[in-house]
Amino acid sequence: MGVTINGTTCPLDGVPVHRSLLDHVRDQGLTGAKEGCAEGECGACSVMVLRADPAGGTPRWTALNACLVPAVAFDGQEVVTAEGLGTPDALHPVQHEMAVRGGSQCGYCTPGFVCSMAAEYYRPGRPAGGFDEHALSGNLCRCTGYRPILDAARALGEVPADDALAARTARPAPAAPPADLTAADGRFVRPATLDDALRQLADEPDAVVVAGSTDWGVDVNLKGRRVPLLIAVDRLPELRGLLDGDDHLQVGAALTLSELERLLAGRVPLLDALWPQFASRLIRNGATLGGNLGTGSPIGDAPPVLLALEARVVLASTDGEREVPLEDFFTGYRTSVRRLGELICSVRIPLPPAGIVAFHKIAKRRYDDISSVAVAHALRVEDGTVVRARIGLGGVAATPVRARATEAALEGRPWSLGTARAAGQVLSQEGTPIDDQRASAAYRRAMLGTSLERLWHDHDARTDSAVTA
Amino acid sequence: MSALSQRPAGGVVGQPLPHESAALHVTGHALYTDDLVGRTKDVLHAHPVGSPHAHARVVSLDATPALAVPGVVRVLTADDVPGVNDAGVKHDEPLFPSEAMFVGHGVAWVLAETAEAARLGALAVEVTWEPLPSLVSIHDAIAAGSFQGGQPRLLRGDVEAALEGAAHVFSGETEMAGQEHFYLETHASLALVDEAGQVFVQCSTQHPTETQDIVAHVLGVPSHAVTVQCLRMGGGFGGKEMQPHGFAAVAALGATLTGRPVRLRLSRQLDMTMTGKRHGFHAQWRVGFDDDGRLLALDATLTSDGGWSLDLSEPVLARALCHVDNAYWIPHVRVNGRVAQTHKTSQTAFRGFGGPQGMLVVEDVLGRCAPLLGVDADELRRRNFYGPGQSTPYGQPVRHPERLQRVWGAVLTNADVARRRAEVDAFNAAHERTKRAIALTPVKFGISFNLTAFNQAGALVHVYKDGSVLVTHGGTEMGQGLHTKMLQVAATALGVPLSRVRLAPTRTDKVPNTSATAASSGADLNGGAVKDACEQVRDRLDTVAAGLLGTTAADVRVEGGVFRRLDGLQEVSWEEVIRVAYSQRVQLWAAGFHRTEGLHWDSTRMQGEPFKYFAYGAAAAEVQVDGLTGAYRLRRVDVVHDVGDSLSPLVDLGQVEGGFVQGAGWLTLEDLRWDEGDGPTRGRLTTQAASTYKLPSLSEMPEDFRVTLLEDAHEDGVVYGSKAVGEPPLMLAFCVREALRRACAAFGPAGTSIALASPATPEAVWWALEAARAAGRDAGHVTEGAAPAPDQPAPDAPALHPRTEADAREQTPVHP
Repeated sequence: MGVTINGTTCPLDGVPVHRSLLDHVRDQGLTGAKEGCAEGECGACSVMVLRADPAGGTPRWTALNACLVPAVAFDGQEVVTAEGLGTPDALHPVQHEMAVRGGSQCGYCTPGFVCSMAAEYYRPGRPAGGFDEHALSGNLCRCTGYRPILDAARALGEVPADDALAARTARPAPAAPPADLTAADGRFVRPATLDDALRQLADEPDAVVVAGSTDWGVDVNLKGRRVPLLIAVDRLPELRGLLDGDDHLQVGAALTLSELERLLAGRVPLLDALWPQFASRLIRNGATLGGNLGTGSPIGDAPPVLLALEARVVLASTDGEREVPLEDFFTGYRTSVRRLGELICSVRIPLPPAGIVAFHKIAKRRYDDISSVAVAHALRVEDGTVVRARIGLGGVAATPVRARATEAALEGRPWSLGTARAAGQVLSQEGTPIDDQRASAAYRRAMLGTSLERLWHDHDARTDSAVTA
Repeated sequence: MSALSQRPAGGVVGQPLPHESAALHVTGHALYTDDLVGRTKDVLHAHPVGSPHAHARVVSLDATPALAVPGVVRVLTADDVPGVNDAGVKHDEPLFPSEAMFVGHGVAWVLAETAEAARLGALAVEVTWEPLPSLVSIHDAIAAGSFQGGQPRLLRGDVEAALEGAAHVFSGETEMAGQEHFYLETHASLALVDEAGQVFVQCSTQHPTETQDIVAHVLGVPSHAVTVQCLRMGGGFGGKEMQPHGFAAVAALGATLTGRPVRLRLSRQLDMTMTGKRHGFHAQWRVGFDDDGRLLALDATLTSDGGWSLDLSEPVLARALCHVDNAYWIPHVRVNGRVAQTHKTSQTAFRGFGGPQGMLVVEDVLGRCAPLLGVDADELRRRNFYGPGQSTPYGQPVRHPERLQRVWGAVLTNADVARRRAEVDAFNAAHERTKRAIALTPVKFGISFNLTAFNQAGALVHVYKDGSVLVTHGGTEMGQGLHTKMLQVAATALGVPLSRVRLAPTRTDKVPNTSATAASSGADLNGGAVKDACEQVRDRLDTVAAGLLGTTAADVRVEGGVFRRLDGLQEVSWEEVIRVAYSQRVQLWAAGFHRTEGLHWDSTRMQGEPFKYFAYGAAAAEVQVDGLTGAYRLRRVDVVHDVGDSLSPLVDLGQVEGGFVQGAGWLTLEDLRWDEGDGPTRGRLTTQAASTYKLPSLSEMPEDFRVTLLEDAHEDGVVYGSKAVGEPPLMLAFCVREALRRACAAFGPAGTSIALASPATPEAVWWALEAARAAGRDAGHVTEGAAPAPDQPAPDAPALHPRTEADAREQTPVHP
């Protein structure tokens, strides 16, 4: 067993289950990937891993924060670092553009930028010269001001036919073999099936369940959390489907957000409003809806949106399956109705989705920030009247909540600026926002208060719609 | 034109080259201090035992439980220090303190076989604390009269009389936050001991000599027993000028006591918790204008938040006072400075070194007063620019004031400001919800260390028998491109292709007694030293070549590795001349030295000519503000900046762009928050991680970013006619803040004055525009007419570190 790094297989025997892929890569003498923050915020640790496409398409070189993921989870996987892309004498096209355009100054963030940029370079369907700058949303540079980095990205042409990493995508990505590894600090289990996973969880209900590990990795690195057993569910086939029900979509809890974004292809507009504001591309490449609900953070980005969508959560255990409306899921600060031994399997999103939607995330930075307050709107308007309003809120209480008083103040009223402002007064009084380092309670309330007016402007006012800041 | 600034034809300086390590950066092959750990055997890892209190006495410390943790080898405490238990140059920073002065203050360090074991060991150390009263906010410190160090005073003319006679007098307060450096590479040291007990410390430091000094005095050994090397840094920005020394000393002490290499690398959280930041400042001011909006007098008291120890707070304050004028002639000036002592990290150097804070005061004054004077803010600024023959409040003539007009005019033209301002006005008239604004601001920034003694540098240039060249100099590389420039200087001075020259890592046993790579001075000082060393070798080689070419040395020219006679009739290769020179027993290497001429400074009176020259720049920003959230976009930025004749245009462009974005981060986004409550986490930095402290990402760069370097900008008396570039561009970002102010004002009635918090986060912008909508003219929190004078120093207030200055003067020639 082992992980293949830049074509060389590196054993994982005895590697602690709390050791990150980043540290393991660096242990191999590959010191290009750096630890800049150890919590998936800076991207200096970015590496590429080959991932299968859940829709059966071409495998993808996918950039990940190596600081957040346990090395043992990469058993059988293929990883490429900046060292694997090119050498100083034979630069990869991405490296060449970065070097000649002044894309590196101190150089510390550079290998991570190179990996994120290379993943975008290899993205199937990327047009020559086309570059999605969100691919770099999880990489921080303190020196350059980004202009030369963006220029380098935009200068990238088509991938040459003889490119080795592109050629590798002609063959399937490696599967994730079942695993049961024990090291000095604990045990890592990757069950083969959902049944195996549920049995494991029934036997050891205190185990920590990880998928993308984007939250767990922070706990390990910053809070020093250690546990006896990790159960990886990220590759369980039962958790990775997207199914069309009669009146709903069923979204696998272990699909990554990047995969979901591609699979849904715009079918749920409110989710499309969510994706670019959910952390960074590096995080979305690992994070899952199941994980975002499972951690139960009151400032998670997905819960307000899923509340507005009236999503339901499917929980499974060895005793069977049950479905819980998301509004009944959270019970307190980071607690939920999920019982010991239960696993979040999927999320059901009712169809058809509402017509007037928005996700208002109030934060200091546009990319990759944590919200001080978040509002998700889903309104149905028929003949000028609001017939159904669903509003999910984050950052105003110990749990994500529905803005029920505001919904009531909207339903049955004409959809007008007057209604938006009047209901905004109600919205500003929802929840119990607090003062903290992200924002004052007063600002949070003010932002609740203006959110419906923003929604109205963006959907129905013709004067200002194209110029929202 | 001076010999130093004269640039030969065909030189390598001036070529737009990528960073000399670019190929290593992009492939992950460039090594940083902590990358060496995997190449070193038997390394021990260090972890601090940090204080949970903002202020507490260590009643007892029991390391025994830590030693029971598997892998823990030793716990370092004050008892282990053979030399001086101090990590600062002011002797106010005990390395192992008996009194913790801020949350996270390390009182002991655990050494272990793994980083994990060291962390667990630190948790196991049992400390009994006696919590003591603490001051966390600068306001509390001012109220309590808690100050440290000297209290400088900058005086010119008669402020009271000038204010008395001024047509318009305004007063107000200005407050600005500090800034975390957030160099991507956190502090790192790796210390080894050799067979003779000498210590070798690899360290991410901007000031290897001072790191060496501190390590030596902690260990109680002479400096010659300690060597410090810095391969390169993953960013410094001033944060590694003073702060690395203590960490290097802990690693060195551990290596000495255990005989094993010791690695000390801070996690991001520890780095943010333990190390100093840009000083936040508080300012009280009164200002007088005449009827035309010309500044008559400025009366201000600036208080910086120094944190728990002095560190570099005094020189930072001195630079703030020396930049409170920015680009403006103010006939009557009284500016007092003081450093508050609080129970926080010891604030330190950060790109601009107090200059940005001083300049922000006057920019804030102008931005808030312009609407009250009824003068457009850009015009108010231009009207007050320095003119010919005028001097700064500290008595330095302002040379090249016409460059202010040139950069300003160039920005107005390049940015098409007149047309775009009309568009902005039309936009704002048509849109109620969103407002746009354009603003221009200038920069005038003094170059040289205020302390004259620091303006010296050394270099060592070896030419080997095969003609290859190895250059070592005293400056450190932190991404600013210093090594790239030094390679260009060496190749130019020697007349060889760049490929013949290699640059060796910075080490204290190659070039001694170096100054910090700081104050933007790296290229000026080390460039002068490298050029001096190269020219010594060149002079000898010219003589050898003259013999081979049958002419005199004065008639020999070398370019591109070929020596030619002036008449061009004969040539001989560099390699051949080197071969012959060696056989003639000509010395092929030289030590170079440079000191900046013409500087003098009296820090007690705050008078003199501390700066070799001023760097100038101007910038225009256009922003758009959302009136429903306070969120904003930076639509376009135009910059014209004066770097003299650029040594390396691609490098300089990168410095200007990067400095601008970092400055915009300080002014608009980056938000340091300490817990000022009375709970158990009082004094804790609540934004001590990348998830809570946000620096600019790709989404904050200007959507349209146009930077040009001022042309025909030769600077006499500086290496190859260039100017320093590291710090000045940071302050170009004032235009973003001023544009936000104007956009907020557009939400109120005409003539609205706006007070805008710094950083101007979306929330701060929201409150500013809400005030504009609600209060109109009162939103600027500016008082008109007579107002009480700012706090004045007590009669017995100490002067600014007179001892250090006096010491320096005794040892350094002073040019009156």
